[in-house]
Amino acid sequence: MIKVLQPGFYTSVQDLGRFGFGNIGVPTSGAMDQFSSKLANQILGNNEKDAVLEITQGNCSFLFQTTSMICITGADCTLRLNTIRISLNTAILVLEGDILTFKTPVYGVRSYLAVFEGFQTKIILNSRSYFNGITSTIRIEKEEILPITEFNSKTTNTFSTVKINKTHFELKKIKAFRGPEYELLSNIQKELLLKLIFTISKDNNRMGYRLKENIPNALEPILTSAVLPGTVQLTPSGRLIVLMRDCQVTGGYPRVLQLTEASVNQLAQKTTGDVFEFLMA
Amino acid sequence: MSSFKLTYKSFGNRAILIEWPAKIDKKILKNVILFKNKILNHDIKSILEVIIGYNSLTIIYVYTIENIYSEFLALKSIYFSDSPQISVNNFHWRIPVCYDEKFGIDLQEISQKNELEIDAITDLHCDQIYTVFFIGFLPGFLYLGGLDKRLFFDRKSTPRLDVKKGAVGIGGMQTGIYPSQSSGGWNIIGNSPISFFNPKSEEPCFAKSGDEIQFYKIELEEYNQIKKQVEIGFYELERKKI
Repeated sequence: MIKVLQPGFYTSVQDLGRFGFGNIGVPTSGAMDQFSSKLANQILGNNEKDAVLEITQGNCSFLFQTTSMICITGADCTLRLNTIRISLNTAILVLEGDILTFKTPVYGVRSYLAVFEGFQTKIILNSRSYFNGITSTIRIEKEEILPITEFNSKTTNTFSTVKINKTHFELKKIKAFRGPEYELLSNIQKELLLKLIFTISKDNNRMGYRLKENIPNALEPILTSAVLPGTVQLTPSGRLIVLMRDCQVTGGYPRVLQLTEASVNQLAQKTTGDVFEFLMA
Repeated sequence: MSSFKLTYKSFGNRAILIEWPAKIDKKILKNVILFKNKILNHDIKSILEVIIGYNSLTIIYVYTIENIYSEFLALKSIYFSDSPQISVNNFHWRIPVCYDEKFGIDLQEISQKNELEIDAITDLHCDQIYTVFFIGFLPGFLYLGGLDKRLFFDRKSTPRLDVKKGAVGIGGMQTGIYPSQSSGGWNIIGNSPISFFNPKSEEPCFAKSGDEIQFYKIELEEYNQIKKQVEIGFYELERKKI
């Protein structure tokens, strides 16, 4: 078990998502930056689908009530185990009574905490990912107890530290394919889409990121059709919305771009005020 | 069954979008559902999920699509293949709605602007048989076609932040039920005690694309009774096969 001492700004249990229920309107969800969540599980020798904690903007702490092996990836939150600094992207043994602390990120936005065999919260509709109306809560709370299994492996695996290329966090080019309605755009709109430097507005969360810059737009809405994480919608006001992992299953705004999977992961490490350009994949 | 001229587009590198003519039309919906069932019937391991829209199917693949044109061809041959032998069970559902002023907070406004008595609004709303086109927006939110023209009413310019679970609303040319508490811009005319989405149930949402919905009026007392029965799982919806 892990006891939540400080839950931080927004921390939730996530795996790689909930599939097969889109036809009843259930979003995919899952870790925002799946490059980092998979890496954490890989380093521990877990299944990449095992549930991790997604920690947005750090500032949280946990008390381990069970011995475990852990790995933290993603945003660098100056980690400490009790009073001792620990590294990212490394398998670390924690003992009963140890306290793990995350500070404000030095770089990146979302950190991932993986534990031996993954978090054992309830599976609902084939997934442990928190989502409003599906799981009983949408974020972890102070004093909450999170179930994990005890690490009792006698085999001393040689766990390695993985060196991470920081471009994942710093890249200012977000790669995208043409979306289904891209061809409806005027030449000027197409040009602006690729030339403008976009800023992430304060309206950014697990559902989507609204961008600040406008693209003059007179396109009609489309008949409601599927949208995906990474779909870029152009709203009637000319604002762009990049849909993220908790996005709805369907939408009615023209889908002008579709981010690559790697770009969705990279955007998940950006937040309010960060800037980027779209680049055709 | 007649076939339509379809367009096939890539949607990122993990999905394919198939589109029918841009119309809200029951014939198109039937064809969309038939194609979806043919695809599912082929049990293709590389396909993760198939999502229905008014005039579209989106096919989401497990991995990156390597050769989009060969996938297009494979899908086209499925479209023109014989219909699966398995028949799809679609149902007609009767849904109780309480139009009491306690719930129907926008009835007065619709009554004034559309020049209809409140009883006439609720009668018209119950007279129609609605078709479930697909489910989206929220888990268990049914996109229904078939609202009477006299009830068309523009969405609120500023959405309410707290629309109640079960609220029955009118948004433009559409009507629907909020399956959970949510923000929303539709005009609220009543509330249904029925649960449209229950993640703990084996079948979290009873309705599916192609089903029919008809509303009927209940008084506040019956509403409270049904609500209690729904909560303890004792309520059985009226349905018949169509």
